[in-house]
Parts: sequence; C-alpha cells; structure tokens
Amino acid sequence: MGAPVQNLASRAQKSSLAEGGISAKRHNRHLFSNTMFRYYFLFSILALCLVLGLVIVFIGKTALLLFDNISPLDFFFSFNWSPEEEAFGAAAFIVNTLSLTALTLLIAVPVSVGMAVLCAEIAPKWLKSFIRPVLDLLVGIPSIVYGYLGLTVLLPFLRRVSGEGLGDGLLAAALVLALMVLPTICRISDDAIVAVPRKYRDAAYALGSTRLQVIMRVVLPAASRGIISAVILGMTRAVGETMAVVMVIGNTPQLAKTLFTPSSVLTSNIVMQISNVEFDSTWNYALHMMAFLLLLISFVLILIIRILGRNRRDAA
Amino acid sequence: MNFTRTRHTARSQRNNKMATIAFYTLGALVMLLIFWLLFTILSKGLPSLRPDFLIKQPEEIDPGGGIGPVLFNSFYILFISLLISIPIGIGAGIYMAEYAPDNRFTGALRICVESLSSVPSIVFGLLGLAIFAEYFNVGLTILGGGVSLALLNLPMLARVTEEAVRAVPGEIREAGYALGMTKFHVIRKVVLPVAMPAIVTGVCLVAGRAFGESAVIILTAGLSTSGEMWDFNLFSPGETLAVHLWYVQSEAIVEDARQIADKSAAVLVFVVLLINFMFRFPLWLGRRRGR
Repeated sequence: MGAPVQNLASRAQKSSLAEGGISAKRHNRHLFSNTMFRYYFLFSILALCLVLGLVIVFIGKTALLLFDNISPLDFFFSFNWSPEEEAFGAAAFIVNTLSLTALTLLIAVPVSVGMAVLCAEIAPKWLKSFIRPVLDLLVGIPSIVYGYLGLTVLLPFLRRVSGEGLGDGLLAAALVLALMVLPTICRISDDAIVAVPRKYRDAAYALGSTRLQVIMRVVLPAASRGIISAVILGMTRAVGETMAVVMVIGNTPQLAKTLFTPSSVLTSNIVMQISNVEFDSTWNYALHMMAFLLLLISFVLILIIRILGRNRRDAA
Repeated sequence: MNFTRTRHTARSQRNNKMATIAFYTLGALVMLLIFWLLFTILSKGLPSLRPDFLIKQPEEIDPGGGIGPVLFNSFYILFISLLISIPIGIGAGIYMAEYAPDNRFTGALRICVESLSSVPSIVFGLLGLAIFAEYFNVGLTILGGGVSLALLNLPMLARVTEEAVRAVPGEIREAGYALGMTKFHVIRKVVLPVAMPAIVTGVCLVAGRAFGESAVIILTAGLSTSGEMWDFNLFSPGETLAVHLWYVQSEAIVEDARQIADKSAAVLVFVVLLINFMFRFPLWLGRRRGR
C-alpha cells in the first residue's frame, strides 16, 4: 500500500521539477521573442521609410538628369511638348492638372459635404447605417472601371447634351474624378462633424436656432478644419489618379482652353508615353520629372493637412 | 420677451424645412447614382457571362476570347503583394500603436507613413519600372508587379492596423501585464485577437483596391501574358484583369472587344465586392452571435 503512494509522490515531484525546467525555458523563450519582435516591428516601420526613400531617390535621380539637357525655365513655363523635336515644355500638363483638380473639387465638395451633413446631423440612425456602407462601395470600384464607365456611358451622354463631337476633356474627367473622391471627402467630413461637441449644438438650439442655422453657423465652422483636411485628401487622390482620367480626357498634349478640349494631365501623359521611350533619353527624364512634380505636390498637400491638424490640437 | 412668430423666424423655419428636403434629395440622388452605377456595370456583363469565358485564352483576332490567364495573374499578383505587404504593414502598424515613444523620431516616422500613403500609384509604377526593368533588368514580370503593388499597399495596411490596435482598450492590456506577460505576449494573445476583426476588414479593403489597381501593373507587369494558363513562373509577363480591360478598350482589334470589356468590368467589380464582403461576413456573423 505504501509503495504506490510513495511512487506517486515521487512522480509528482519529478513532474513538478520538470515543469519548473519547462517554465524557465518558456520564460526565456518569451523574453527572447519579446526582444526579437520589438526589433521586427521597428524594422517594419523603418522598411516603410526606406520605401519612401527609394521612391524619392529613384524618381528624383532620373528626374534631375533632365536639367542637364533642358533648362528648368523651358520645362516649367513652355507650352510646347513635342518630344520628337526635343521640346519638353510641361506647362500645359501642370496647368491642366491644376484646373482639373479645381473643377473636380468644385463639383465634389458641395455634394460630399452635403452628404456628410446628411449623415452626421439629419438622417435617422437606420439611414446613416445604410448610407455609410453604400458610400464604401464606391471606394471598392477600381479606377479603371470608373474610366471605362466614363468612356462608355458618360461620354456618349455628354456628346448628346453638349453637341460636341467627342465629349472628352476636362469636364468628363472632372465628373469621373468627382465621383471617385466623393466617398473620401464625405467620410472624413462626416467624422469631423460628428466630433463637434454636443454642447455647441445644445447651446445654439437653446437660443432658438433652427437646425439649418445650427448646421451653417455652428457645426460647419467648428468642423471646418476637419472638412478642409478632407478636401485636401480628396485633392491628393484627384491629382494622382491615372487610369480613370486617361480614358476620358482625350490624351492630346495641349492646354485645355474649354471644358471639351481633348487634353492631357501629368499622370495620363506619363502612363501613355513611358512605355515608348528609351530609359536614357531626355524624354524619359522629362516624364520622371513630371512624376517627381506629382510627388512634390502630394507632399505639400500632406504637409498642409499636418499643419491644420496640429493647430487644431493646440486649440483644443 | 416676445415669443410670437415674426416674419424673421417664419423665414428661418421655412429655410430650415427646405434645406432638410434639399439634403434628403441630395442623399437620394447620390444613392440612386451609386446603385445605378453598380447595376450598369454588373447588368452589362454578368448576364452574358459563361464559365468558359473565365478560363479561356484571350484572342487577338477571332471573337470569343476569354480572360483565363489574366484572371489568374490578377489573383497571383494580389497573393504575392499581400504575402510581402501584410507582415511588414501590420508590423509597422503595431510599432506605431504600441511601441512608438512620443518624440521627434516618432513624428518623423509618422510623416514618412503619411507621405508614403499620398504617393500617387503611377509613381510606384515608375519606381517598379526603374528597379526591375532597369536596375535588375528582368523586364516586365509578375514579380515586379507583385512587389510594386506591395509597396503601394504598405502605408494603408500600416494605417488600418495602427487604428485597429489603438482602438483596443488599455485595461485589458494592463490585465495582461498584471499577469506578468511580456509586451509581445500581450500583443499576440490579448491585443491582436481583439483588434483582429478591424485588421481583417482593413486587409480586405486593401486587397480589393490592389485587385483593381492598374496604373502600377501596366508599368511593371506589362500588357501581355505568357499565353499559358496556370503559369506560376514569377518572371513571365503578368497582365492582370484590370490591365486587360484597359488593353481591350484601347488597343485590341477583335470585333467583340466591347463585350469582352463589359464582361471583364463586371467580373472585376464582382470580385472586388466579393473580397470586401466574403471575409467580413463571418466576422459580422460572429459579432451578432456574441451579442
């Protein structure tokens, strides 16, 4: 009778000893993985920064070669883009990009801020939880499909309405882009409006304001920084969008003097011409310079958003 | 004090009512537009879609070509890009949410991530072209497309992960630390499981975007396929479905180009919607059951 008990006890002791060994090992393993993964996470974020560095270096290096052959004045201020005759004036593309972005925002901002107000202030809860996912559907549609729809649905429509022969140009591109940036601007403005403290609204209602007055004089001014950030984020999307624009803008290197002039912007010109050029040619350098310009524009826009965000935090 | 209805207040109330109607009208119009768009895309392509269209070879001259290899390439490039970008993107997001101290270095990292996420996709295309076609001289390949696409995905993955991890309440982390867990152990066993639904949603959004991305792929993977189905070779040219839509619309000479484009667009949108909902659906079900 005594022997098995003793046996059991010693077995228990043995197993607890073994467990002690295992748990010490486990402890070390945890400490080790803790350190390793700390470095891994740091490595990941540094890898991201490395990618940014690669982008700047690879694009910038090739882009700056341009100015060995062409003077910056010619590139930025000449409207003559005839690569076959060694004339690389990109001013038309730059102006077109700016006017396309402006036109896009002119269409998209009222609609998307209106949608954001509807979502955040007016609509009942069930409607909100219907509108928001549907707007997310728009984000999911690939840009090439927007372009294709623009080409097959919007352009015939514009031709019929305006009587123009082709219909492609700034207006078509701006309409397509407006639809694409709508969910971006709407979602972020929506967040900004929801973040306005409730007491502001209550105070305004207590003074006898109608809902429209509360929205126009209290909520929108209080959310204005957030809404401006949203608009600028929409701008970065509009400036950098390629495939949707390329299908409806007409791809002719000239200044868009009217809404229906077939023209070309920085992105569309790059994608149309990059596959035809030699790597070591002035033409290629010029295209890289245009990409570098896009890069600079988006960095500046991001910088503006950061400054807006910082001021808001200081004010709060 | 006089609380009677004056002309001024009457006007305000009328404006208010009209504005409410205007906002609802705007909302209804936008919703209608969106549904009409989806309906147009899907109804043009899906009814005439036959299964063999999805596996047949594209044709250059005869009508009746399919999209087999390009559809395969789409998934293959998406898979490669996610394989590269998910570990790094999620790692970076976790660093920003859990480890990053509040100092200048972190501020610089944040600027990096934000700048990277604003870089236009065409610029990533040029980068991929410079690295793979010029520097390594391998031409336009599936590998080049996958890696360039991964670079495009990285900042967005990092951001969704960071947001998801930040949304995890601090108390449950502290409970973990109180049990003597190491920081990484807490992240793996406590934080990540809680943040997982949001991370999966984010990854699906990124994957959907990557599936439909075309500017990067045109420049890095090219406008042609190797002409074989199930070609796993990383160094063959990798035209994807989105690029094929562009090619068919702009350069193809087959007579049924329009039908092929319609069907390709429908398949493209259908797959993107599927990616967005397929993975979210189990999570949504789980959340409902958990309630």
